Amino acid sequence: MLRIPCPWCGPRPENEFRYGGQAGLIRPANPAAVSDAGWGGYLYLRANPRGRHVERWRHLHGCGRFFTCVRDTVTDRIASTHKPGEAVP
Amino acid sequence: MTGEATRFSFLSLLRHGAGKTWARQWRDARPKASYDVVIVGAGGHGLATAYYLAKEYGIRDIAVLDKGWLGGGNTGRNTTIIRSNYLRPESAALYEHALTLWENLSRELNYNVMYSARGVLMLAHNHHDVQVFKRHVHANRLQGIDNEWLTPAAAKAFCPPLHIGPDARYPVLGAALQRRGGVARHDAVAWGYARAASAMGVDIIQNCAVTGIVRDVTGAAVGVETTRGPIGAARIGVVAAGHTSVLMAMAGVRMPLESFPLQALVSEPVKPVMPCVVMSNTVHAYISQSDKGELVIGAGTDAYTSYSQAGGLHIACETLEAICEMFPRFRRLRMLRNWGGIVDTTPDRSPIIGLTPVPGLFVNCGWGTGGFKATPGSGHIFAATLALGEPHPIAAPFSLDRFATGRLIDEAAAAAVAH
Ligand SMILES: Cc1cc2nc3c(=O)[nH]c(=O)nc-3n(C[C@H](O)[C@H](O)[C@H](O)COP(=O)(O)OP(=O)(O)OC[C@H]3O[C@@H](n4cnc5c(N)ncnc54)[C@H](O)[C@@H]3O)c2cc1C
Ligand SMILES: [Zn+2]
Repeated sequence: MLRIPCPWCGPRPENEFRYGGQAGLIRPANPAAVSDAGWGGYLYLRANPRGRHVERWRHLHGCGRFFTCVRDTVTDRIASTHKPGEAVP
Repeated sequence: MTGEATRFSFLSLLRHGAGKTWARQWRDARPKASYDVVIVGAGGHGLATAYYLAKEYGIRDIAVLDKGWLGGGNTGRNTTIIRSNYLRPESAALYEHALTLWENLSRELNYNVMYSARGVLMLAHNHHDVQVFKRHVHANRLQGIDNEWLTPAAAKAFCPPLHIGPDARYPVLGAALQRRGGVARHDAVAWGYARAASAMGVDIIQNCAVTGIVRDVTGAAVGVETTRGPIGAARIGVVAAGHTSVLMAMAGVRMPLESFPLQALVSEPVKPVMPCVVMSNTVHAYISQSDKGELVIGAGTDAYTSYSQAGGLHIACETLEAICEMFPRFRRLRMLRNWGGIVDTTPDRSPIIGLTPVPGLFVNCGWGTGGFKATPGSGHIFAATLALGEPHPIAAPFSLDRFATGRLIDEAAAAAVAH
């Protein structure tokens, strides 16, 4: 089980959190103007890297807030967590 | 060098029983400068692909590359459940094709893959499960695939250790049974295909990680960079399960895949006690007994993507708690080992088999938590796809571009985290 530092509550066990997948996916402002491939890309294509991953988590059974987490997917080590809007290094 | 494999028979057993040692069953090849076909990943699917390419299409100038040892990926880590009772017609065609090949595979390969059709029982614990499984039973019967609905008492008769009493923590409201489903010996599947492919001249090259995909000026894939040097290839098939995204990124192709750790455990060996396979999607627990006597237990995936190949302990503990509720007599068993594999899941829980935007580059992936059962069928139709340069009819609906057209093949209910 991971120990995840919530930017508001500090380190808490993983089972208080909900994973939200790759961060920074932006819904096209005008979906009707996007090609099928472009829309499919937004919905389904994911970076899925071996290494540094910028991802969304939610402290569901805590403060309830969303935040961004930078984790290494090989070691599962968390480099940093950030409040929404904060710059991710 | 192409060498005929030893033909296993009663006579050869007798001879070896008298003291002769068995020879190595496949050649540990060194890479040549180039091949007609390079397959990346010596798991069951990659090895089966090479076997059918050589056998049915006469293409023998093939290398199967693996960064580790043959069968050391998910093939050698899975709980080996085989069944074909998926929901959609496309899936029925795919998994049933594989099941039909399983039924004759030991004979085909002259290698005992220990396919045992002992029946797969899928438990319904709530009203929703009952509706979903009955829908599967009806759909399967229309497709000509065996799947039947059992009452709780009939499920208990089929699997006596199952607890169906009124005090059950997870009440059993019924079960779907596929009698032709069962298990096989995972290592033997990899070894059997490797041996038969090697005998037809296929080079199986272990400890050879692919680190790059080489493209020519037109953009076509023409070879791979590896830890053992560059290897040219007229066609490349990526069959790398959890590492597919990483490999395809080497050719600039983004994939609709996420990789998650999935775990399994085995208990200490005991006398025969589990006559069949039992699956419970709702509580994420799968159990059968190996011929060695160990209970083989499948757990869930971690919540987050990872390549750590371990998985959180709490995931395995939750599964064991559920198993102890459903099979109270297993409470005192000790667990011997647990491990993880990295599974590649797609948004619709169906695989991707076919061409890619890069000419010369083909992919067979996205089998996620449940591709062992498909090994022979997957290899068979992917071999056709590689050989002919166009998708085999069974593979066609499972194209990569369905994620642009929207023609998804939703098997979330059949697969979920299930196998
Ligand atoms: C714990 C667990 C339980 C499971 N239970 C079931 C089950 O009961 N029933 C079922 O049907 N399915 C099950 N599955 C899923 C099943 O194991 C897989 O879908 C299937 O085995 C995939 O086979 P494969 O040959 O595609 O992949 P693998 O066997 O994983 O082979 C891929 C190979 O690619 C190699 N590779 C990766 N990257 C590179 C590189 N850069 N260069 C060279 N080689 C590379 C790897 O080393 C690996 O050997 C389970 C999986 C797990 C992890
Ligand atoms: Zn918090």
